[in-house]
Amino acid sequence: MDCSESLTMQATSRRALLLGGASFAAWAYLPKFARAADGRDPRFVTIILRGALDGLATVAPIGDPDYAGLHGAIALKADGPNAAVMLDQFFGLHPAMPEFARMYRAKQAAVVHAVATSYRDRSHFDGQDVLESGFPGPGRVQSGWLNRALEALPKGERVTSALAVGPTTPLVLRGAAPTVGWAPTALPQAADDTAMRLLDLYQHRDPRLASALTQGLQLEKQAQGDEMKPKPGGGGVAAMRLVARGAAKLMAADDGPRIGALAFDGWDTHANEGGPVGRLAQLLGGLDGALAEFQSGLGARWRDTVIVVATEFGRTARINGTEGTDHGTGTIALLAGGAVNGGRMITDWPGLKVANLYQARDLAPTTDLRAVIKGVLHDQFGLGERVLADTVFPDSAPAKPMKGLVV
Amino acid sequence: MARDSQAALIALNRFGFGARGGASGDFINAASDPRGFVLAELAHPNGALLEVPGLLSTPELGRQVFDYQFEIQQARNAAKAAQQGASETPPQGPDAKPQQRRNLSLPSAAKEIAGKDPAMQPQAADGANAAMTPSAAMQPQAGPPKPPAQPLNIIQKTFRAEALARLQRGVVADCGFVERLVVFWSNHFCISANKGALARMWAGSFEREAIRPHVLGRFSDMLKAVEQHPAMLFFLDNQQSLGPESRAGINRNRGLNENLAREIMELHTLGVGGGYTQDDVTALARVITGWTFAGRRGQLGTPGSFVFNANAHQPGPQQVLGKTYAQAGIAQGEAVLSDIARHPSTAKFIATKFARHFVADDPPPALVAKLQDTFTRTDGDLRALATALVQSNEAWQAPLTKMRSPYEFLLASGRLLARNPEDPGRYLNGLNLLGQPLWSPAGPNGFPDTAAAWAAPEGIKLRLDISAQLASQLADRFDPRDLLELVAADAAAPETRRTIERAESRQQALALLLMSPEFQRR
Repeated sequence: MDCSESLTMQATSRRALLLGGASFAAWAYLPKFARAADGRDPRFVTIILRGALDGLATVAPIGDPDYAGLHGAIALKADGPNAAVMLDQFFGLHPAMPEFARMYRAKQAAVVHAVATSYRDRSHFDGQDVLESGFPGPGRVQSGWLNRALEALPKGERVTSALAVGPTTPLVLRGAAPTVGWAPTALPQAADDTAMRLLDLYQHRDPRLASALTQGLQLEKQAQGDEMKPKPGGGGVAAMRLVARGAAKLMAADDGPRIGALAFDGWDTHANEGGPVGRLAQLLGGLDGALAEFQSGLGARWRDTVIVVATEFGRTARINGTEGTDHGTGTIALLAGGAVNGGRMITDWPGLKVANLYQARDLAPTTDLRAVIKGVLHDQFGLGERVLADTVFPDSAPAKPMKGLVV
Repeated sequence: MARDSQAALIALNRFGFGARGGASGDFINAASDPRGFVLAELAHPNGALLEVPGLLSTPELGRQVFDYQFEIQQARNAAKAAQQGASETPPQGPDAKPQQRRNLSLPSAAKEIAGKDPAMQPQAADGANAAMTPSAAMQPQAGPPKPPAQPLNIIQKTFRAEALARLQRGVVADCGFVERLVVFWSNHFCISANKGALARMWAGSFEREAIRPHVLGRFSDMLKAVEQHPAMLFFLDNQQSLGPESRAGINRNRGLNENLAREIMELHTLGVGGGYTQDDVTALARVITGWTFAGRRGQLGTPGSFVFNANAHQPGPQQVLGKTYAQAGIAQGEAVLSDIARHPSTAKFIATKFARHFVADDPPPALVAKLQDTFTRTDGDLRALATALVQSNEAWQAPLTKMRSPYEFLLASGRLLARNPEDPGRYLNGLNLLGQPLWSPAGPNGFPDTAAAWAAPEGIKLRLDISAQLASQLADRFDPRDLLELVAADAAAPETRRTIERAESRQQALALLLMSPEFQRR
């Protein structure tokens, strides 16, 4: 009991208090082809897991003879109590993710393994910048790949509702294309008249603040009447579900956003990562719950939805001296949604022999994450290979869009 | 004496926490000698120290947490034993346990601190607070006078007392430059109270013991104090890291955790791209094995104090950044820290970050070069660094494009409205809402330090709501036009002045003043 309590406490570390480290933001416009006559009205969501997810612990290569030795005490097993859910003969899914397993069996979810961005060092912050900016290297933080993808889409009507938790927009969605967000609050609202006067002042004195306030006011209005009230410090796992539930509700609406991003913090499992139960298991349970919330909340729109779950890099193949894992390279990406051509493990498995590990320590990446995302964006929104290679993910031409990810 | 209102605005807002209300005369003083107004605080020899009755040392606080956890454990064991005695079959059922955990668990207690109070309770009897002038409040109190309905545990009490002491110091400081420096360095070397009970308990003492004594001292001394502080060792897991070939490592078949070593290089000194490799990180991790703190039973030393555990230390020489360190024991790590504190990459990283914090997201290169040179030339003298910043022309010429952080905004409001806190709850809740929970950043890189991060739509809307709330409670005591004179005088833009003068009520005028660019930008 005591053990699980101390794990609970660690699970809340490195996570913003206010919102439990979960946030959502969305494009402020509908794509032009939304509500098209043919009835296809695609949704796209990306979930960024900040802190570096241990892909080998989430989708474990149980059939790899070296896996059990490397992952030691926290390795998943194919049988026994809390056994992994075998996705095929070789890979087992963490038992904390039954919803994802169900989607996988229904061919609405897939796993890409041994995947990485183009970043090869091990700083979280640079790694996250590369993951979210879509540039080949760190240091470019003006805009994110999803925002640039939006700029390439024909803009339709403005969305009339949106919800974002977290006082800042995640980098992946930052940029020139307008986005919307909302932070839940227990505060009484300032009077409209006061807000309008302030807006008038900002328009004369400080255009940037004027635009920020304009958006903040709209979003607050739209979010009103929603019973969503994330509790401050309510714990990351509950927050993940809660944010996903709100996001799904809004994205299901005919006039709601079609394209959004969520960010979940807290995956940096240096110590006492836990195996089938424990710290990582709790987080994965939260992620699993979030995916389930999307499925139920999107209702009929689930059919047209693709969710991409990605993280900045993986963790060391071998556990460290404190039953956790340090910063690594190759990891997994998850795809979920009714539009996913699922029920598949997508991987060019590099093996876990020391000689096959990246720098003799990490799962070697054999798939470029950009190829996966480009494939999805191409299939969901018809974005061309050129714009994907030049604008959305600059200098990524060799990482061709992966084919056949969407039904 | 010439009066320069624009320079006064810079002195107060860029370098300090804003003008105090009442009869402080801050704006006039800043206008007559802007540089002198800022630099005056640096002259006090121990001006950064925070010594408040009731605030305890890290080992003493550690002992309290250990005792508290021990008591909970005992109570739980006793409850379990009683349950087992009371029934024939051992109660495996889940019914009783959640109940117990509700009452006793540390994590839930820790979470409660952060979030249980409804945000900015409007009915809170704040009258006494609001009426307090800075001078009347020079004796900060260590304990919250209005305990919430549920009794606080020792961890919550400590966190609030530490928070209160820091907030009170910020509200009463003359300019606030030294406190701004404390906040800067504390964020540079941040820990997060969310890591667990010990981190929450030690968040304040960490700043008092490892940051404040060196804010006007030497960078290398601060670095050593930080990396040897139990709070940092706990936050970045170093107490768990064992040399693989150390006695403890062999006996327990455990080994390295490179978390602290990486962040020392990446975040504390050299910076990303500062010329280190994965091998350097791993070597430094080995070098600092054994840097830990003593636990409850005190086998290694006074419980809760930094200790070097030779049994956990990886034996033998290590090579870091191309240099071999053959020292034995703790001296090895201290030698490495001493060298990387003086590394050119560190000087550049610190100079850039320092200028970015105070002056502009993209600071003038000439200013960065000047600060880097000062840092190098003075062997990391942080008083000299701060002085060089204030003496530079760039820091006074750059337009006020930065946003006040939530902490700066709330403190500036408290200063202007002469609202010396007796209870930290309002500030803590406001900080939670605005995304800057005190001593609890989401990661070891601390809170963001760019204008964009704090000018997001939701954040601005929340600031407006908070301003309106404050104004609705306090505006009756002030004439907002007088307050504008205290905040900006003739540096206020005509539009701002007009907006405030034409407001429909004092409440509205005060809310608009608090949200004006003159109050939000720095």
